[in-house]
Amino acid sequence: MAPVSTERDLRLDLFRGLALWLIFLDHIPSNAVNWVTIRNYGFSDATEIFVFISGYTAAFVYGRAMRQHGFIVASARVLKRAWQIYVAHVFLLAIYLAEIAYVASSFDNPLYTEEMGVLNFLKNPDVTILQALLLKFKPVNMDVLPLWFPPMLWLLLRAPSLALITSASVYALMWLFEWNIPAYPSGTWLFNPFAWQLLFVFGAWCALGGAENLSRWIHSPVMIGLAITYLLFAFSIAMTWYFPRLAIYVPKWVGDAIYPIDKTNLDVLRIMHFFALAIITVAFIPRDWPGLKSWFCWPAIVCGQHSLETFCLGVFLSFAGHFVFTEVSNRVVTQVVVSLAGIAIMVAVAALISWYRQAERRGGGPRPPAAKPGYAGGEP
Amino acid sequence: MRKRLLLLALLMLGAGPAWAEHPAECRVAENLIEPSFRLPRVTSALAAKQLTVLVVGAGSSQLPGSSGGGNAYPARLQRALAERLHGVDVKVTTDVKSGRTAAEMVKALPGALGAAKPALLVWQTGTVDAMLGVDSDLFSQSLDKGIKTAHAAGADVVLINAQYSPRTESMIALGTYVEDMRWVALQQEVPLFDRFSIMKLWGELGTFDLYSATKKLDIAERVHDCIGRLLADMVISAAKPEEPPINGSR
Repeated sequence: MAPVSTERDLRLDLFRGLALWLIFLDHIPSNAVNWVTIRNYGFSDATEIFVFISGYTAAFVYGRAMRQHGFIVASARVLKRAWQIYVAHVFLLAIYLAEIAYVASSFDNPLYTEEMGVLNFLKNPDVTILQALLLKFKPVNMDVLPLWFPPMLWLLLRAPSLALITSASVYALMWLFEWNIPAYPSGTWLFNPFAWQLLFVFGAWCALGGAENLSRWIHSPVMIGLAITYLLFAFSIAMTWYFPRLAIYVPKWVGDAIYPIDKTNLDVLRIMHFFALAIITVAFIPRDWPGLKSWFCWPAIVCGQHSLETFCLGVFLSFAGHFVFTEVSNRVVTQVVVSLAGIAIMVAVAALISWYRQAERRGGGPRPPAAKPGYAGGEP
Repeated sequence: MRKRLLLLALLMLGAGPAWAEHPAECRVAENLIEPSFRLPRVTSALAAKQLTVLVVGAGSSQLPGSSGGGNAYPARLQRALAERLHGVDVKVTTDVKSGRTAAEMVKALPGALGAAKPALLVWQTGTVDAMLGVDSDLFSQSLDKGIKTAHAAGADVVLINAQYSPRTESMIALGTYVEDMRWVALQQEVPLFDRFSIMKLWGELGTFDLYSATKKLDIAERVHDCIGRLLADMVISAAKPEEPPINGSR
């Protein structure tokens, strides 16, 4: 199956960039600014967008690589990408350990003797670090990255629809048999890869022609109406979380049916919420929307185009932001400033990487022009 | 995530005569401590003028030091209940050990319930499970099991969730466990004392400086004092026989 178009769809970059900003904001604990993030207004959050678009671009990029250079080269690139992500994971872990070690040595409060027990793992770093290298120890906020290891990619490149069916079956079996991967020191992965692979594969499937098949469906007024209704329903349920008094208006059978809304296993309600958002977005923002090329959207787009770097930077900045709140000030003004500064840094670094790539490409000597190395090796 | 509560709290500060006698710093939005469900076994215990409460918890239900036991919230709860309930013989016993998960507490529960024979079990949990990353489903199952055990032993249950701890917020993922406790409380129809949101509100309003690094016990003691008082308010209003339940339709 051929990709729909050879031109990169800027909407993907735009929304991935926005998702990265929201993930950054959500990752700073107690941040006043994260009221803007979508998880407060419905069931799904930025993670869904990020995973779906990652799947979409991965298929787009590696699908082309496979057609042009064959299966071996494409697989090698996927493995290279996986390695990059693993290195990023270890890099973030180092920063995380530094932050924890700092808190351990500087913070003391009799109110929180129990909570300080979380630092106990520093007493046997040999075990902890080994477990982290095996991807079993994943502290707070660092849990999205391993999602990028989809063994499914191979099948996707061969037979997208079969892959989608397989993926959906794995998702269903996961719910049936409660599969997950064990984590350290106990429990399971916070983002169950058996569940979340579905969105990744679905994104890839859309990139490989699926979106074209769905487009008449998506643009039908009935679907748009259903999507809007569902979003309104999710919104009103979400409001009862903040105003417990409203909870009495939720009939008991509705509550019994929808709670708990499971993020670990990617609850069906969350997928549907994401689909509804996607349908509205696709319906109202066409692919050739002029705004995509304007200065207004550029900051988000440039972040979305360098997603791995921006994601890692975002996680680092959220640690740093939390650090500022605890050590300097946690007034609302500071929170707004820290949030905006964080996004500005993300944009600046992404722009720098962009410039650097272009400069490298210009001065990098002769390369096969058809390969488009910037995309092919770089940005799933 | 729940910043809107701040606004709500500011709007509602000063309302509610029930806790007018508390120190001003203890005040929180009334909707944070209004019980969503009734405590019928406590109601009958009050009618019999004899109320025994068992507090089961982990490290955040105690304070360090020699006077820790007398200053932590279970002892404050006993004092506040005795003050408010004239003529009722109030006894609060505790089974508190730091580092225990919900599942471990459930194992010790039959023994503790048998020894104390309480009309009310106050169950604080969640922090240790979050620190160890206990599977969320297993955590919920332990909660279900503990509540059923207590009900079978003739005790009502009030759940208390984790403390709000801004310094360790980026290290302990409390969110899931706080949510789990909310769902379980709704499904099992037991009141939840939302210590997390209450302390978060105090942090945001600047009532208590929860960020400060100190070895001194003063803030910790005042926080426990307020928690004991607010908990007593919640228990008493959930046990009032005349008022219709707030969530009566559920």
